Amino acid sequence: MTKKNIRVLVAKPGLDGHDRGAKVVSRALRDAGMEVIYTGLHQTPKQIVETAVQEDVDVIGLSLLSGAHLTLFQNVMNCLKKRGMEHILVTGGGIIPQEDLDELKKIGIKRVFGPGTPIDTIVDYIQGSVNK
Amino acid sequence: MTQLITQLLKGESAALARLITLVENNSPTVPEVMKAIHKHTGTAHIIGVTGTMGTGKSTLIGAVTRAYRKRDKTVGIVGIDPTSCFSGGALLGDRIRMQDLATDPGVFIRSMGTRGVLGGLTSSIYDVVELLDASGKDIVIVETVGVGQSEIDIAKMADTTIVVTVPGLGDSIQTMKAGITEIADIFVVNKADQPGADETVLQLQQMLCMNHLDEWQIPVIPLSSIKGTGISEVINAINNHMDFLTETNHLRKRRRTRYESELLALIKKKVMHFVLDESRLQGTIESMVDTISRKEMDPHSAAEKILKGILA
Repeated sequence: MTKKNIRVLVAKPGLDGHDRGAKVVSRALRDAGMEVIYTGLHQTPKQIVETAVQEDVDVIGLSLLSGAHLTLFQNVMNCLKKRGMEHILVTGGGIIPQEDLDELKKIGIKRVFGPGTPIDTIVDYIQGSVNK
Repeated sequence: MTQLITQLLKGESAALARLITLVENNSPTVPEVMKAIHKHTGTAHIIGVTGTMGTGKSTLIGAVTRAYRKRDKTVGIVGIDPTSCFSGGALLGDRIRMQDLATDPGVFIRSMGTRGVLGGLTSSIYDVVELLDASGKDIVIVETVGVGQSEIDIAKMADTTIVVTVPGLGDSIQTMKAGITEIADIFVVNKADQPGADETVLQLQQMLCMNHLDEWQIPVIPLSSIKGTGISEVINAINNHMDFLTETNHLRKRRRTRYESELLALIKKKVMHFVLDESRLQGTIESMVDTISRKEMDPHSAAEKILKGILA
């Protein structure tokens, strides 16, 4: 009864109209027993962070296929910092080139899941990191 | 904890969000929190919105909230979606219809899973509504899960209950059945741009004619989010209903009903907790199920026996 449910915000920052992947991941996390809140498309970093605050989530999963990840993920991290919400685990997913991974890690994106990542890898990573 | 409560009473959203999580997770600190805030509640107008899934409850709430913001009222919203009984997980999708409100400091939106409770609500909903009320929101809107015909618990909690329906869900006999049609203070026929809307409005009005002895005339409002028509009528109806409640002393009665059902729900929860506590049962359930399967005892006698054991 007192078991804590992991709450995850799956978010689509910026002008990117493809959310098949975000929906598949949302569904998989649901089936793994998590409470998943999906923002819908075209979110600003501020919208994502305010939503994360109100929903008191443990994890934000940013999904992005437009190529603007360096800018937008950075903005999300800045907003999180401004709100004092650095405790939230932030991961990324989508079409993200190998050479940008270091930069993303540096700004605080803990893990990036590219195309073809097995769903279990994502579930295990989130469960492992949140319950730590 | 005291600091969180102070921040909540100032209306800070992060503190409100944190306290809702504690309530959802049945934290042992909840009684202390609720004790501290109870006297700060009672100012919000609590609106319940219910209806079958896909009728447009979230979209309606988004539109109502935008209209209230123009009137300078602050709004707290709780959207409830079903928790899977298989995985315990949930996909909470109500706020997608109102994400434009996410950055408005006068609006707070929280999505919740039912976490195993039937009736369209979740067991912590009373506490969550009190938290939103105490945080200073003028309006608190509770959206139930997309219910069927009999999930009517919302009416025991809200000051004003809105039932949302759409054209094409059935003939006039459906409107005459008991259940969800009995709890409406306001009917909204959503998607009124669709064929058959006038007929649905008429059927509901005919059904309501038979309640002619009631003091409150339940309005039936056609609404189209696509055309953007009907929202000011909905707001007027909500305000009229509140005026009616205040003038006729019904508000006091309704709030008493809410506290009564909250109290009963809390007692039930605590009794369940006490009775089904693992340490007390120590495998009794398992062995009783075996006994029943072997036809050595029937379920009724087994239940009696276990309860007698616990209460002895």
